[in-house]
Amino acid sequence: MSDGAKTSGLRGWIDDRFPMTKMWEEHVARYYAPKNFNFWYFFGSLALLVLVNQIVSGIWLTMNYTPDSDLAFSSVQYIMRDVQWGWLIRYMHSTGASAFFIVVYLHMFRALLYGSYKKPRELIWIFGMLIYLVLMAEAFMGYLLPWGQMSYWGAQVITSLFGAIPGIGHDLMIWIRGDYNISGVTLNRFFALHVAALPLVLVFLVVAHILALHEVGSNNPDGVDIKKNKDANGIPKDGIPFHPYYTVKDLMGAVVFMIFFAGVVFFAPTFHDLFLEAPNFQPADPLQTPAHIAPVWYFTPFYSILRSVPNKLGGVMAMGSAIFLLFLLPWIDRGKVRSHRYRGRLYKVALALLIIVFAILGYLGTIPPTATVAGVIQNKSLAQICSVLYFSYFIFLFIYTAFGLERTKPVPERVTSK
Amino acid sequence: MRKLAAAVLLMILPVAVLAAEGGAQLMDPHVDVTDTASLQRGAKLFTNYCMGCHSLKYMRYQRVADDLNIPDDVAQKYLIWDGAKLSDMMTSAMRASDAKQWLGRVPPDLTLVTRYRGPEWVYTYLNTFYRDDSQPTGVNNLLLPGAAMPHVLWRLQGIPEPVHAEETEGGETKVRVVGVKVPKNAGAMTQAQYHEATRDITNFLTYVGEPVRATRQRIGFWVILFLLVFFGVAFMLKREFWKDVH
Repeated sequence: MSDGAKTSGLRGWIDDRFPMTKMWEEHVARYYAPKNFNFWYFFGSLALLVLVNQIVSGIWLTMNYTPDSDLAFSSVQYIMRDVQWGWLIRYMHSTGASAFFIVVYLHMFRALLYGSYKKPRELIWIFGMLIYLVLMAEAFMGYLLPWGQMSYWGAQVITSLFGAIPGIGHDLMIWIRGDYNISGVTLNRFFALHVAALPLVLVFLVVAHILALHEVGSNNPDGVDIKKNKDANGIPKDGIPFHPYYTVKDLMGAVVFMIFFAGVVFFAPTFHDLFLEAPNFQPADPLQTPAHIAPVWYFTPFYSILRSVPNKLGGVMAMGSAIFLLFLLPWIDRGKVRSHRYRGRLYKVALALLIIVFAILGYLGTIPPTATVAGVIQNKSLAQICSVLYFSYFIFLFIYTAFGLERTKPVPERVTSK
Repeated sequence: MRKLAAAVLLMILPVAVLAAEGGAQLMDPHVDVTDTASLQRGAKLFTNYCMGCHSLKYMRYQRVADDLNIPDDVAQKYLIWDGAKLSDMMTSAMRASDAKQWLGRVPPDLTLVTRYRGPEWVYTYLNTFYRDDSQPTGVNNLLLPGAAMPHVLWRLQGIPEPVHAEETEGGETKVRVVGVKVPKNAGAMTQAQYHEATRDITNFLTYVGEPVRATRQRIGFWVILFLLVFFGVAFMLKREFWKDVH
C-alpha cells in the first residue's frame, strides 16, 4: 500500500484524512530490522511495556492517593488495605519502578556492547540518555510520595546536594524545596511533576527516540549496516519486517519478563528491602533522622561516586560528570568498528571492567560509608578506587581509539547468525 | 521551631543510639500467615494485652474478622473493648496526653511494626524483658534497653531474671546483661506456652502489617501458571513465524 495503492472502506476514509496505514507501515509492517537480533534486543520493547505499566498503574494510584503531608502516608495504607486490588496496583507500580531501571540499564549495556551509539545513531543515544535522566528525576520524586522515613530523608539529602553549588546553591535548594526543609509544599510540587510534567516529557522523548531509530535503522550484534545490501525492491537483504517477526518475538520476551515481574509482585514485593525499603513503612518524621540513609538501588552507583569525594561540591561534580560523560560517549569513542565482536581485546576488557566497577559501586552505595567490605577494605577506599576506574574507562577509550591503538578484526559484509 | 527541633533531636538521639546497641540475638518466630488458628489466638492476645496502649490505626476490626474466619458477633464480643463498631479502625482508647504523662511517650502504632522492624524483632522483644529495679517500670529489655514499656505479659510469663556476664573492653571490666532466665512457675504459662503465645502475637502483627500477604501468594501461583502456559503459546507462535528466516 505504500506503493501508492489506495485503501478502501473505513480504512480508506481514515487514510484520506489521517496517515494511519502509512504510519503503521513505516514504523511496524515495513520497518525492516536486522534478522540477527539476540537476547539483548528484548529490552527496548520491554522498556516500553514497563512505561505503559507505570502510566496505567500510576493513573489508578492517583485516583486514591492524597498528596498532603498529613494524609499521604495513610492514603497509601488505604490503597494497600481498603481499595479493591489497591495492593496489586501499588506493587505493580513499585516493582515497575525498579524493573524500569533494570531494563534500561540492560538496554544501555546493549548499546555499549554493539556500539549502537556510534555514527549515525548519536541522536538516538542522546535522546536515550535524556530519557534516563528524566527517569531518574521521575523515580526520585515518586519516592517522596509515600511520605515514609526514607522518602523524607532521601529527598532531604538529595535536594541538599544543590546547596553545594557555589553562590546560588542555598537559594536554589530552597527554591526547589519550596521551603527551608522538605515539607508538604515539596510533596505537592513533586506530586505535580511526578504525575503530569515528567511523564509528558518522558513520552515525548520516547517518541523522539523511536523516530530517530526508524530514520537511521536499527543496529545489530554485528554492527553491520544492512542498508548497504538491498534487493531489487529496495529492501535490505538482511532485514525482516518488524511485524510480524519481531512483534511475535518480543511478545515471547514480554511473557518471560512478566513471569519474573509477577514473581516479585506476588512473592517478594519488597525484594529484601531493595525495591521497598523497611524504614519507609514508618511515616516521615522531620525530627528523627534514620540511622542510615541510602537511596534506592538504582541510584547507588552514582551515590557511591558522590560519597567517595571528601568535599561536598567535589562529590556533586564527580557525580554529575559521571552521568554527563555518558552523553559524550559517541564522540569519546573514535573506534571504526561498532560491535565488540570485531573490536580490540582491550576494549572488551575495559567494558567488562566498567560493568564490574559499576556493580561494585552500586553495592557500596547501599551500605554505610564506614562499613568494611569483605573484612579487608573500607567502603570509602574501595569506592574511591572504583570511581577512578569508572572515569578511566572514558579516558582509556578516547586514547585507545583516537590514536589508532585499537587492532580490530575485519567486519563481515552481511550479518552472521550465531 | 528550629530550637525545638534541635532540643527534641538531642533528647531522641541517645535513645536511638541505645536502641542500635541493644545486644540480643534475634529469635525466629517462624511466622506463617496461613496458620489461621495462630492468627486468631494472636488477635485475642493483642486486643486483650496490647491494645490498651497500642493502636492498629490502619486496620479495621471487620477486616480481621473476615480474614481470620471470626464470626461478626464473636469479634464484637471478644475483640472490641471500647464499644467501637466492627467497621471502625482498631485504635487504642488511651489518650495521647495521658500516655505521655504515664509512660513518658506515646506508644507507637503497631500496624506496620513487623514491616520496619521485622517479625524476628517483635518476637525477640517480647521474650527479652528482665527485672531491673533501676527502671521506673521495674523491668528492662535486652533488645531495646531503657524501653518505656512495662512487661505487660508478666502474668503469663512471670518476670525473668537477668543473666550477667563480665566483659573486658579496653582494659575496663564491665558487667553486662547478656541474657534472661525465666524462673520456674513464675507465671501462668510454661516457657513453651509463652513462646507459643508470643509467636501468635508476632504472627498476628505480621498479618496486620500486610493483610493481603496470604492472598497475594495464592493468586501469584495461578498468575505464574497462566504465564507459563502463555509462554508455551508465544514460543510456538514465534517458532512458526520464524520458520522461513534463515
